Amino acid sequence: MSGAVSGAVSGAVGGAGSGVSAPAARATADVATSPTGGDALIAVEGLSVHFPITSGIIFRHKVGAVRAVDDVSFDVRKGETLGLVGESGCGKSTTGRAILQLVRPTTGRVLYDGADLAHLGGGALRRQRRRMQMIFQDPYASLNSRMTVADIVGEPLKVHGLRDRSGCKERVRELLQTVGINPNTLNRYPHEFSGGQRQRIGIARALAVEPNFIVCDEPISALDVSIRAQIINLLQQLQREFGLTYLFIAHDLSVVRHISDRVAVMYLGRIVELADNAVLYGEPMHPYTQALLSAVPIPDPEAEERRRPVVLQGDVPSPADPPPGCHFHTRCPAAQTGLCDLESPSLAEVRPGHWAACHLITAEDYPHIRAGEDDLAVVADGPPDAWPGDTRSDHSGDGAALDGPAGGGTPPASGGEQA
Amino acid sequence: MNAGSAQLLSVKDLSVDFASQEGVVHAVDGVSFSVGSGELVGLVGESGCGKSVTATAILGLTRMLPNATVTGAIEFEGRDLLALPENEVREIRGRDIAMIFQDPVTSLNPVLPIGRLMTEGLENHLGLSHTDATARSIELLSTVGIPQAAERIKDYPHQFSGGMRQRVMIAIALSCNPRLLLADEPTTALDVTIQAQILRLMRQLSSEYGAAVIVITHDLGVVAGMCRRILVMYAGRIVEEGPAKPLFRHPHHPYTVGLLRSVPRLDRPRADELVSIQGLPPDLSHLPPGCAFAPRCWLATDECWCAAPPLAATGEGRRCACFHRDRLVERETERVAP
Repeated sequence: MSGAVSGAVSGAVGGAGSGVSAPAARATADVATSPTGGDALIAVEGLSVHFPITSGIIFRHKVGAVRAVDDVSFDVRKGETLGLVGESGCGKSTTGRAILQLVRPTTGRVLYDGADLAHLGGGALRRQRRRMQMIFQDPYASLNSRMTVADIVGEPLKVHGLRDRSGCKERVRELLQTVGINPNTLNRYPHEFSGGQRQRIGIARALAVEPNFIVCDEPISALDVSIRAQIINLLQQLQREFGLTYLFIAHDLSVVRHISDRVAVMYLGRIVELADNAVLYGEPMHPYTQALLSAVPIPDPEAEERRRPVVLQGDVPSPADPPPGCHFHTRCPAAQTGLCDLESPSLAEVRPGHWAACHLITAEDYPHIRAGEDDLAVVADGPPDAWPGDTRSDHSGDGAALDGPAGGGTPPASGGEQA
Repeated sequence: MNAGSAQLLSVKDLSVDFASQEGVVHAVDGVSFSVGSGELVGLVGESGCGKSVTATAILGLTRMLPNATVTGAIEFEGRDLLALPENEVREIRGRDIAMIFQDPVTSLNPVLPIGRLMTEGLENHLGLSHTDATARSIELLSTVGIPQAAERIKDYPHQFSGGMRQRVMIAIALSCNPRLLLADEPTTALDVTIQAQILRLMRQLSSEYGAAVIVITHDLGVVAGMCRRILVMYAGRIVEEGPAKPLFRHPHHPYTVGLLRSVPRLDRPRADELVSIQGLPPDLSHLPPGCAFAPRCWLATDECWCAAPPLAATGEGRRCACFHRDRLVERETERVAP
């Protein structure tokens, strides 16, 4: 609980250093591990992926680097879903690919059950890959259009030599059944299926080798709204059934909240905040997380009227030329000249299990250095709403009980007095 | 809400069919709605529901598609755009009716500097001289929040970020003071923090310029904050229409109900499982004879499979195309989950 945090954190600057010995600790249950360590299935340590920018036609030479992922450390615990959110270009997909070694890390380690994948190659890596799979974003581009469903789903079995010819077919049927595709369609081609069905086929392919860990890279963003819920429910059901561990990469914050146990927020190649789901969405500390959450439109005109988003100015800077100091200081509503634009904040554990990289966060003003409104508050986990429309407390009496903090002008449950 | 006083656009029984190898695709099937001056209307639906084709037809661009058959009427300020000759539609398109496209990367000509893209409309429609048009363009660019507009006007689209390009597109759309702005998925290609910027800009400008806006999107959140009236489309038809607040609070069509329930919300308690709509959107070239939503609907009865329900009034300013609308309207007091 003290400031001395394993590995990831060096001497924090200014307020952050003094702040980490947070006095008040609301019992955050089982969370006491650092981003690296604990009951981790995957441990990512100091992972960086830099893509070279080259120049010259005959003599190509490196003139710079895109720092897609820049010194990122976290772990994924057995059986959990870790959400990884951020805007496009923040490095979330590259992080997912680097974990599976689809992109080789420039520096850093990726430990799977203690073995460093970054230094494996060839057959050794392939054997490890059996235990981790990926579900891709685009169900149109990620299935080979010239292969039948049986070939697509059966290929991993063949590569890893898990089944003979007849066993393979049997297993494919079983897998298709599991993901909700009629097993009799196994001789069809991908173009005969809709987007949602294709994504199910992609999921069946990932499940074929019975992995423990699956990287879901924006698995629903290419799908229609009414199909998304089906795929999310399927992923959750499979997780329960097979005890899977997910790294769920997405830009849709409400979906990530729905599916994740813990959430990491990335900005320009770095993790800026990492916490338990309820904590991150309820008591976001980093100004970027706060702005990001407040920017999500809510499908309810009345909630929208009350919502006062923190609208960030400007665009995300280029990862080829990130700003010095805190990468976010150019857009941060709370940035302090002379501190944020000079020193890069490190990811520090501000409260047990709640990590943030910001100079301005101290335990004293935990959980808020809120840049703006308080509408988006929090939302303790509770029973699902039975009916979408009629739950505003000011409109229907009986719905009020389910409303929780969303109704009326109730202050956020996060309080603010905790620390 | 339904600013009936000054009807700007009135779409009557619009149908758009496309001939294809698999048969005739009924992209839009008997759609009627109207938009008042300065009104903000949201047209919501999934991909393939006909919302973009409706916009294309309003702009008169369907006439350029050789395989499209358009019937019905699109009356803009009393004139039927479908009956007008192309040269007269050209005068309206871009001046009175402007469009913001989804993808700012592909919809701005990459070989022209943005200054040329902007002055083109001003010179052609408003007859401004090149100098005046340039001055006005710079003014517009600063209005939409592009810093150093005077210099940036010489830049090409690729020199702008996605959000900036969408700002440029908005500036182009607003350049001739249109009375109707069609925004087709204006923020879908953008990140959430940029989306917030663009939505705020569009709200602000539409009130400043007094333009009516039709926001076409699949994202219920986008229209919830912006539009006063909502049209929900499914398989080429409008299935529900009404003022935004009552419609979101209490949808009357099972599809709208399902859509709203299937989206996780940040301001609500976390549910264990999402309530999803079963099945798949229908194939528009092989629509079922009855209600297109019947195969996915939990209320469907034999009646739904035989005939398509008409769009009938269900309350103040509200219409719904469902045989079982009474059951859903009753729920307003009852609160029963399906």
